[in-house]
Amino acid sequence: MADLSKTMDLKRQAGFGTIAVICLIILYAPIIVLMLFSFNSGSQITKFEGLGLSWYASAFQNQEFYSATKNTLIISFTATIFSTIAAVLAAIGTTRVKPWPGMSWAFMIINLPLMVPEIITAVATLSFFALIAGAFGLNFGIGNIIIAHTVFCIPFAYMPIKARLEDMDLTLENAASDLYATPWQAFKRITLPLLMPGIASGTALAFIVSFDDFTITQLVAGPGQTTLPLFIWNQIRKPMTPEINAISTILLMVSILFISVSFLIARSRKT
Amino acid sequence: MMDAPLSPAAQVAAENDKAVSRRSRLLSLPALFIVFVFGVLPLVLICIYSFLKPYQNGGVVWQFSTDAYLNFLFQRDIFDDTLQFAPDFLIIYGRSIWYALFTTVVCLLLGFPTAYFMATRPPEQRNWWVLLITIPFWSNLLVRTVAIMFIIRDEGLINDMLIYFHVIDKPITMLYTDFAIILGLLYSFLPFMVLPLYSSLEKMDFRLVEAGYDLYASRWQVLRRIIIPLAKPGIVAGSLLVFIPALGAYVPPLILGGGRHLMIGDLIAQQFGSGRNWPLGSAQALILMAAVLVALYFYSRNEAGPVKHG
Repeated sequence: MADLSKTMDLKRQAGFGTIAVICLIILYAPIIVLMLFSFNSGSQITKFEGLGLSWYASAFQNQEFYSATKNTLIISFTATIFSTIAAVLAAIGTTRVKPWPGMSWAFMIINLPLMVPEIITAVATLSFFALIAGAFGLNFGIGNIIIAHTVFCIPFAYMPIKARLEDMDLTLENAASDLYATPWQAFKRITLPLLMPGIASGTALAFIVSFDDFTITQLVAGPGQTTLPLFIWNQIRKPMTPEINAISTILLMVSILFISVSFLIARSRKT
Repeated sequence: MMDAPLSPAAQVAAENDKAVSRRSRLLSLPALFIVFVFGVLPLVLICIYSFLKPYQNGGVVWQFSTDAYLNFLFQRDIFDDTLQFAPDFLIIYGRSIWYALFTTVVCLLLGFPTAYFMATRPPEQRNWWVLLITIPFWSNLLVRTVAIMFIIRDEGLINDMLIYFHVIDKPITMLYTDFAIILGLLYSFLPFMVLPLYSSLEKMDFRLVEAGYDLYASRWQVLRRIIIPLAKPGIVAGSLLVFIPALGAYVPPLILGGGRHLMIGDLIAQQFGSGRNWPLGSAQALILMAAVLVALYFYSRNEAGPVKHG
């Protein structure tokens, strides 16, 4: 047992590495195949005929793709801004205070969209907007989707911001108030700059969740309010061309970019 | 709290602090307002809807009725108006629970070794593994599911390859089967299992493993008696994070089931779409919600125990 290599190997369990690699293959093989075939110059979605960017060119000339991108960007930017502002305020209101009665209820309400299955949120929101439209004649158009997205983006933005506030060293904030800074000055000059990584991470998550949403958008969206995921859904019900691979690849790249940024920010704050 | 009397200046400062603290609470209001009005009220609304009558073009007629719940289990005979037991919806619920349980078990069998392997890598490598598992977690689920569809179609990559290498002459039908849906669920929710397991295994004290070996335990004994019990909070959290969304899954059965093998999520969406029976859809949604709450209740009971969740 004194064999050194054996003692270093104590944590090893046979076959676990193989399973880990299998998991990666399961998770990535479909994505990689999809991406590879977006560079196919032929017209088959899974028969490779040659390398080319023609399907990207055709996607960028597609009027429907263009308007879906526009809708998606309007919705996700607005929902991200609203939800991040609400989340920053809520994170301060639940961490920089003495615990107040009902705070656990506040946590539960803010995190509610994470606990309820998305399809339930979707039909409930649909019913709600239908009721408002029927009873008060109010229809916010694309605003309906923005509101629905803001609701479920709030917990995603809230979590990293709250975590950051809880990890932060209070000495600086206390020092600021000892030096007669008003609460607003202390917030603006000390808390906010230190909180920035948390806010950036929360913003990235809120954006990606809104950008990718399909279920809620599909049920809430009215005619002409096609977002990119809805556009893909419409495409796969028709005869498909590799254009769908190109568009899907663009969507995946956006997700991957935002997740990696959020991940790197979160990691840099630990070191 | 200090018992000694405060100087007047300190008292003023303390009062100010209290006032600031009390005002800061109000900062939670915008978020609470948005989620309450547009998140909680709609849920209350579908509770009400489930006790109303359907309007023929979708929507509701404001008349009290328990038909939605009756229709869940029974069908009214058109001729003599008697109720007859109709297990159609129950079968879909049963199937969804079965799919979700099966997915959870397979995710655990694949996810535990993966998370353990990740947790035993050198720290720098661990970060890369976590990033690799995190990317699919946040990537567009619809696109990922469509990617699966491309691969398992009759004219998809797997069948084309098998035919090309003369393993088979006719494509094996995989799309629109139970296999396709379960594969889709597995692939969608695997990261939900790996990440919580990893976070509980990463914090594990490996000196306990060492102690186990010192006491002549075999690798299997160490795994079963030391590692798995210590990872239990992660196992419970991961299982729930897979089970709950898998039970209410909408996208994987929609795209890979082709409407032939419905799950609860699609059933609910159908009532609000072509079914035009919003009360029934609301009732079905609430029954799903009840199942989720039962699962969460067991989770909170488990978490409140002596083992702290990592």
